[in-house]
Amino acid sequence: MLKRTVLYDTHVAAGARMVDFGGWEMPLHYGSQIEEHHAVRRSAGVFDVSHMRVAEIEGSDASAFLRRLLTADIDRRTAGQAMYSCMLNESGGVLDDLIVYRRGDESGVGARFRAILNAATADRDLQWMATLAAGDSLAVDIRPQPQLAILALQGPQAPAVLERAQPGLAAHGLPLASFRAAFTNGAFVARTGYTGEDGFEIVVPGERASALWQSLRDAGAAACGLGARDTLRLEAGLALYGQDIDESVTPLESGLARTVELDADRPYRPFVGRGAIERQRSQGPRRQLLGLKLLGKGVLRAHQDVRTPHGDGQVTSGGFSPTLQVSIALARLPAAVAVGDTVTAELRSGGVQALVVKPRFVRNGKPLI
Amino acid sequence: MKVPPELKYTDSHEWVRWEGDGSATVGITDFAQESLGDLVFVELPQVGRAVKAGEACAVVESVKAASDVYAPIDGEVLAVNPAAAEKPESINADAFGTWLFRLRPIGPADHKRLIDAGQYASSIAEHK
Repeated sequence: MLKRTVLYDTHVAAGARMVDFGGWEMPLHYGSQIEEHHAVRRSAGVFDVSHMRVAEIEGSDASAFLRRLLTADIDRRTAGQAMYSCMLNESGGVLDDLIVYRRGDESGVGARFRAILNAATADRDLQWMATLAAGDSLAVDIRPQPQLAILALQGPQAPAVLERAQPGLAAHGLPLASFRAAFTNGAFVARTGYTGEDGFEIVVPGERASALWQSLRDAGAAACGLGARDTLRLEAGLALYGQDIDESVTPLESGLARTVELDADRPYRPFVGRGAIERQRSQGPRRQLLGLKLLGKGVLRAHQDVRTPHGDGQVTSGGFSPTLQVSIALARLPAAVAVGDTVTAELRSGGVQALVVKPRFVRNGKPLI
Repeated sequence: MKVPPELKYTDSHEWVRWEGDGSATVGITDFAQESLGDLVFVELPQVGRAVKAGEACAVVESVKAASDVYAPIDGEVLAVNPAAAEKPESINADAFGTWLFRLRPIGPADHKRLIDAGQYASSIAEHK
């Protein structure tokens, strides 16, 4: 029995092709995922991502808890700021990548936070968090909010669309700088996203979701499914948990070293997995995540082998870039491979040459490679 | 779901149009293009190649996956459609109007893989 978001009927009525996405029945597209992709790069699109899990994290030890849980330091973030980081196991393997928002002006024992967890890992994450809090005897209250809906409005026209559709929300959303959030009147709006474009992620009570979604469409946002979400995030070089990252790799091997904060100038922060990461850093990781641009005909896809002069690697996420009209991929490659090298990807049809590039292909509609 | 009655079909979702000169024009069905999603690459066989019924002889690649297109009959490739290779999205827009390759039949005319429109329509109705 597949799970459904509060917008299921709305999607079906809009002509969505529904598919099983990690146990959730979600819209793959509403006609053409390539058209939806272009809509986000050129104008605006709206995605239902309510399968993700919002969790409030509060209590007198909430700060201390997050400083233990996450690779980046939440206390370096101010009220209203979002922090993207990883949650590791003791071996430094990635359990999830997630965004945590610091709420309001409270600090110290009054600090409150909101986390948004990936759909596929939410249950495991919450269990892990509870175990860690109990093990460390930390007074923290972790409250999942499955009744909340999450919509992502993304694209260069996202601010204009939000203003037309929801002036109240827009008044709080438009002044936000990138990676900042506002809590307002039962809604939450953050200037974050998974597409490489400007945009907002909006959290509302489930019963408001359908009206909100319709109003955004009426104001010019294209209905966009998970197919377009995947091609957009790949072009933006954003990792997908379960493909580019999983428990068997560390952030250093996944292009996420920037999420690991080992501040020498602050009191030592013993986050879970820190020891393993420091050991790997001093030895030098043996693998890295880079980008590939296919030089011949075909499409790079996850799990394809990649042959390099320094040993074999593997495509972690691949596809066809609608913006660049070429196949691109993220791939885990031996540490000695460098941007600018030519490697061979084993496609269905045989070996095809690919250029190693930085793992970011498009930002704000513009090609980077 | 369109299933033009004058065409023949295969279980692997190819359509076949018998031409006046006895050749067979081949493409993929509307059902196939919808299942595949947006098409981004098409690889067509070499003209002159001999194919057996059921042999993979072309590839259509979508955002989701690559899919083989199978020869519906024993034959020799007479022609391929460069427009399909240049604009794969034409197949999504008009699957029955975008042919992929044309075959000269070889051997006896019993063409076991071909089914008629009614049979094909029933088989895809079960899929849904």
